[in-house]
Amino acid sequence: MTLRRVFIANRGEIAVRIIRTCHKLGLISILGASEADLNSTAAKLADEVVRIGPARSSESYLNIEAVIEAALRAKADAIHPGYGFLSENAKFANAVRSRGLIFTGPTEANLEAVGDKLKARGHAEDAGLPLAPGGSISNPTDARALAAKIGFPLLVKAVGGGGGRGLKRIDAMSQLDATVDLAIAEANAAFGDPRVYLERFVASGRHVEAQIIGDGETVLDVGLRDCSVQRRYQKLIEEAPAPGIPAAVEARIRQAAVAFGRHLGYFGLGTVEFLYDRQSHEFYFLEMNARIQVEHPVTEAISGLDLVEEQLALAEHGKLRLSQSDIRLRGHAIECRLNAEDWTRDFRPSPGTVTRALFPAGPGIRVDTHIENGASIPPFYDSLMAKIIVTGADRAEAVARLLSAMRQIEIEGVATNRDLHIALLTNSDFAAGAVDTAYLAQFLEARAKP
Amino acid sequence: MDLTNDDVEEIVRLLDSSFYDELRLKTANFELRLRRSGSGWTEEKTSLSTPNLLDAPATAAAPAAVKPSEDVEGLTSIRAPMVGTFYRAPKPGAPAFVEVGAEVTEDTVIGIIETMKLMNSASAGASGKIVEILAANGEIVEAGQVLMRLEKSAA
Repeated sequence: MTLRRVFIANRGEIAVRIIRTCHKLGLISILGASEADLNSTAAKLADEVVRIGPARSSESYLNIEAVIEAALRAKADAIHPGYGFLSENAKFANAVRSRGLIFTGPTEANLEAVGDKLKARGHAEDAGLPLAPGGSISNPTDARALAAKIGFPLLVKAVGGGGGRGLKRIDAMSQLDATVDLAIAEANAAFGDPRVYLERFVASGRHVEAQIIGDGETVLDVGLRDCSVQRRYQKLIEEAPAPGIPAAVEARIRQAAVAFGRHLGYFGLGTVEFLYDRQSHEFYFLEMNARIQVEHPVTEAISGLDLVEEQLALAEHGKLRLSQSDIRLRGHAIECRLNAEDWTRDFRPSPGTVTRALFPAGPGIRVDTHIENGASIPPFYDSLMAKIIVTGADRAEAVARLLSAMRQIEIEGVATNRDLHIALLTNSDFAAGAVDTAYLAQFLEARAKP
Repeated sequence: MDLTNDDVEEIVRLLDSSFYDELRLKTANFELRLRRSGSGWTEEKTSLSTPNLLDAPATAAAPAAVKPSEDVEGLTSIRAPMVGTFYRAPKPGAPAFVEVGAEVTEDTVIGIIETMKLMNSASAGASGKIVEILAANGEIVEAGQVLMRLEKSAA
């Protein structure tokens, strides 16, 4: 099937990002927008706009029927789901395909294999990936036996969770029963799935992830990213390649990701996440994200690829058009997420109207954003305003360039976390590279002290 | 058509070696302003195109309900600390945090406001008895809007 009309079932910067690639390829972009987004930057840039429903995501961007109905009404050939919302929903992918539309993403089987964290863990084990010691539990006796084997501290995780949601730390056997009970109750309420599992807690871990792309047979390795600068599991700064990992270990992580993709017969763009132990240099499979990631531009910056273009080509032809030798990584790229939040007041969200937006421009600088003069940031969605991505010959050059780029930003009308980024980019631990996932919390705590 | 990041990068490269400090470009679709700033450049953009909405324009939206903002004499207003979706209960189906007649103290949680995917609890802010509940469950509330009123207990 020839791809001509692409329906974008998303909003914000990723919708703008996908529209840009559609323009480049001569494809017609159709934006499915909620009532709150009918006058957004993405709506102004898209060739066509259709309404999918009210502002609230549950009635628009998360409403499977409303999205598909709008795409059919607009005579779309394909749906690109972006990230978040319905992007990893197997039911949605199935519904899209059963209505004769192309789903720009993995197969339902792929989505089901990795959407359930316990299933994903099982697949990773079958594919020979290293797993943090742990496993599922079905009763308190089981749990105590397993916990004794894993050792403390350990984590109890919701099978239906992910992205850091549904996760608790247990420091001693005495807390085990009560915390597991609480985790089960919360998992049931939050994800409609009471299953939990236990996993070893790594004291100084980094979040390292591998970008892969596959067509069901061939799986290509597009390198690693590091996303360890996080707050409450929300990533703030990401970079590629992942710094400070011995070359032999890096090669093993990338091979593991490809092996996992092959085992699944993975189709599409995907990210295999690993926990990397800074002390032992061991790494463990965490989960897989079966979609384009927020932080994909750092991989694009060092590979020269347009990953959305590859997704669309794959959706259209069903085959990869690249081979491993086409993928060459060069330089170092770092991305800062500019959010509408007041980081000096406990990261309080700051929706509103942006009266003025000044972004950096020039060689080595890319800004992915839906924010321009007069843009509104509705209270219904997340707070991501822009991603500032810079590339340098090496990490030091990238950090220096990013710092001067962040200093150029001027936003009026809403609060942003710009100054937090500037503080981090001038921090010696960050400059040294390879910080762990506890770094940002410790940094904020140290600053809060008088 | 819009300018890509590569286009902007190329223009900045050209400008950088010139003696110009500013470029303004206006087309039917957008207005772009590039300015020299220190050793780098800044970009300011405004899209001028109108969204090409395929659907018929929305049936004139019902006039937005007036959001209560006035104080009532003798009562204390409990106001929304921020814009968002107001929930009266911790989760669907659960009993409401407070009902009319409830005795509350300053820190009593009276509802949740969901803003940008974060749940923020709203508290009474004063001690007394809830006498009126104005905001409905699931309603979109503005910052400063009166959610409830309470009668202060004698100090």
